[in-house]
Amino acid sequence: MKVGVVVFPGSNCDRDMYHVLTDVFHLDTQYFWHEKGLPKNIDAVILPGGFSYGDRLRAGVIAAHSPVIKDVQKMAQKGIPILGVCNGFQILVEAGLLPGVLLKNKSLNFMCEWTNLIVENNKTPFTNQFKIHEKIPIPIANGEGRYYVDNETLKEIKKKNQIVFRYSEVVNGSTNKIAGVCNEDGNVVGMMPHPERATESEINPIDNKPSSRIFESLMVKMGVKN
Amino acid sequence: MSLESQELEELKSKIGRNPTSTELQIVAAEWSEHCSYKSSKKHLKMLPMEGPLVITEKGYDSGVLDVGGGYVVTAHIESHNHPSAVEPYGGAATGVGGVIRDILSAGTRPIAIFDGLRFGNIEKDQQARWLFKNAVTGIADYGNCLGIPTIGGEVEFDGCYENYALVDVAAIGFGKKENLIKNHSKKGDLVVLMGGSTGRDGIGGSQFASDSLESEDRSAVQIPDPFIEKLIIEAILEARNQKLIHAMKDLGGGGLSCAISETADALEIGIEMDVAKVHTRESDMHPDEIMVSESQERMLIITGKDKLKRLQDICKKFHIGCSVIGRVTSDNKMHIKKGNRTFANLPTDVVANATLLDLPSKKPIYLDSIEKEKKLKSISDYSKLMIKFLASPNIASKIWIYSQYDHEVGIRTVVKPGRDASVLRLDNGKFLSAKIDGNPKHCFINPREGAIGCFEEACRNVVCTGAKPIGMLDHLQFGNPKDPEIFWTFLESLKGLTDFAKFFKIPCVGGKVSLYNETPKGPIKPTPVIGVLGLIEKNPLISKKISDGDSLVMVGNTKDEMGGSEFFEYIHKFVGGKCPIVDFDESKNNMNAVLETIDNQLVKSAHDCSKGGLAVAVSELCLINNVGCKTLLGKIPGEKLEVDRILFSESHSRYLLVVEKKNIKELEKILQKHKTVFANIGKFGGGKIEFTHGTKSIIDLRVDKAQKTWLNSLRDLVLHG
Repeated sequence: MKVGVVVFPGSNCDRDMYHVLTDVFHLDTQYFWHEKGLPKNIDAVILPGGFSYGDRLRAGVIAAHSPVIKDVQKMAQKGIPILGVCNGFQILVEAGLLPGVLLKNKSLNFMCEWTNLIVENNKTPFTNQFKIHEKIPIPIANGEGRYYVDNETLKEIKKKNQIVFRYSEVVNGSTNKIAGVCNEDGNVVGMMPHPERATESEINPIDNKPSSRIFESLMVKMGVKN
Repeated sequence: MSLESQELEELKSKIGRNPTSTELQIVAAEWSEHCSYKSSKKHLKMLPMEGPLVITEKGYDSGVLDVGGGYVVTAHIESHNHPSAVEPYGGAATGVGGVIRDILSAGTRPIAIFDGLRFGNIEKDQQARWLFKNAVTGIADYGNCLGIPTIGGEVEFDGCYENYALVDVAAIGFGKKENLIKNHSKKGDLVVLMGGSTGRDGIGGSQFASDSLESEDRSAVQIPDPFIEKLIIEAILEARNQKLIHAMKDLGGGGLSCAISETADALEIGIEMDVAKVHTRESDMHPDEIMVSESQERMLIITGKDKLKRLQDICKKFHIGCSVIGRVTSDNKMHIKKGNRTFANLPTDVVANATLLDLPSKKPIYLDSIEKEKKLKSISDYSKLMIKFLASPNIASKIWIYSQYDHEVGIRTVVKPGRDASVLRLDNGKFLSAKIDGNPKHCFINPREGAIGCFEEACRNVVCTGAKPIGMLDHLQFGNPKDPEIFWTFLESLKGLTDFAKFFKIPCVGGKVSLYNETPKGPIKPTPVIGVLGLIEKNPLISKKISDGDSLVMVGNTKDEMGGSEFFEYIHKFVGGKCPIVDFDESKNNMNAVLETIDNQLVKSAHDCSKGGLAVAVSELCLINNVGCKTLLGKIPGEKLEVDRILFSESHSRYLLVVEKKNIKELEKILQKHKTVFANIGKFGGGKIEFTHGTKSIIDLRVDKAQKTWLNSLRDLVLHG
């Protein structure tokens, strides 16, 4: 299986993601510069974190107009698993692939800390190895990470099971403590916390590393792991 | 902000004619204190700079250490004090940018940032609060955007920085030894200016930083753009991988003037450049302005003609400016033209080497009486005092600051901020530990011993993670050097650091001198800030969960050294007394002993004892680990002292070790072998921080209550005053 990591000007978690995919999970991984198209033989796409275009105007909004996004949209329609982490999530939202928006944190500060996620949907390609309501310790690092949707949309995404992760406590003022959502088909997932920062014991202060299963879920879905 | 009259005469006699206006601007920038180190350079040579791991190469702006397996670590420290005192957000942010480019110039990827911040009394002074808040945001916005983790630092508040700010930034780089840029060049090579456009910001910045701050000259402060910096980092590392860079220098203080003259001088070449080729932000800039603009995010690269196309392609990919502004000649001159017209033509060695000064020095009079103590009010309730102490800005947890910095990006951060030193994993299986420390309160009372103390404290901090110190960075910050008393304090600090570095064989791999740090009320206290890098071959000490019944072992003597302590200055508002003095032999024994106990995996956690003394150090262990501890003051090693002195003395070379019962015997054997003084002083467990003396309870605090105070007070102070 082949995974593509899309690199935008200002992406800064691309190398971390690449390291985890190749050295920890031994997946065939390739970088794709945002001005180039994605080849047809890619099995999954990851949009990593960072500050694409320096977060100018609004986090993710400029990158959402990159040439590569057209291919991402096509792949999303075809049902190919796509994961956006942090700035990647912001880009997917700005590109209209996921519902809602991401606003400045309630504290108005950048926040770098460990939080606990609760799994709300274990049917996506990135969560199929979790039990419902399982807890995942994981770090966040963002300034615009407060997920917001209006009441009507909230009702709708609840109904369609599009809430994938919630924080166990109030972290940044997100609507309904939402930390990650998916599209209606469930193949496109966006999340603010950084799973790539929590899959190795050396850098993970919490003993077992449940966020590894975000990547293992993908491997199971693609049939490279039982 | 120009040359002094004797300097002008000197320039005239060296070039044998009157300089042009552009030449004057260039020389004034390059001969400024900021760029030339003219007051300090003669003396800085006393520091040991060589060692088995040190790699030296001409023209490097950062120190390089060989960490084995074909890898190197680079390090540098800079400050941005004057700009940050006027415009804290931009000043602090561009301070980060500058030191990052120094790391990049060696051809290494920046992997960590440290910041040392100093402001006035934020409890009373709203201006200090504003400076503090905005400097932190400036560092956060810049470092976070670059994706370089800010993993440590220190913050201090002291009345001597009223209306002023010290913003020190240290950075660490990492890379393969074979990828280091070997600065070289030959006639006909091209000179390329890469990155952001040259604008009117930061004009005369280096002279601005070389004088006392009298006007709020905001145009001398540069405008930060971390996004361009990030693109430059990636573009340069790509160019490095393709071996397109012959030589490289960051544009910092003095802008093009400094970069061109220093590069040419270091490589013994000449450079002919055309200012019309520089990509500028405004179309009507005069050559003088272009030569001294300190616009940020620019790099000077020397490349071969055959490599230019590939370098331009890389810049095109990242949409960053890339102008061929000149070529390398063999006449050792910097020839600045606009089209065909010459604006400056100067020998580079004249420009790059200001005449060094030998300033007079004299012991300050205040030092004659500073060590005398006065009678202090006795303390009736130590528990109450402790809560006040834990909430004080210098003691309180700095979590409000470091939680705004992305300290995990890059996924190397093994020990995260908030501990003694932070630890990064390296690609060769080893670990790097680093910390910066300063203590102006001690240095004011004794500039020599205070500086040594900062050095030892930084060493203690890396030792507590299991690392052996391998290199040091010094940043010497003082007032106006033309005042002989101030210059004396500078020399004393430098001599102290030199003695310690030589004794411990820790080479100085980088440094910076910042002078003319004066506030409306006078000079700042002597403020050397010392960074120490430590290497861990195998196992970093990652604190393990403390269990009920674990023992607290203290290594090192507690002495009657209260001068400059937080207890004297914050609680009693008294400046004076004898400051702590490092005993070199004791320091070495304790360091080696603690390292061996960590190597043998006998300790769960190690913590150094410094600001606030034993009382604060034990409390921090309890608060971080969420556990209580009962400490017996009668058992503390050292001479017999009053209770307040045992609790709050800031004597150096002291460590607290958390040890499981079963390891105590073996631990004691090692401590004895190294001839250390130590004692088992307490036991963990329960939910209270307790200190007793004989049968008397001295301090009795609930951990949860103290935690709340300690964690939140700094944030509350910044947000609500």
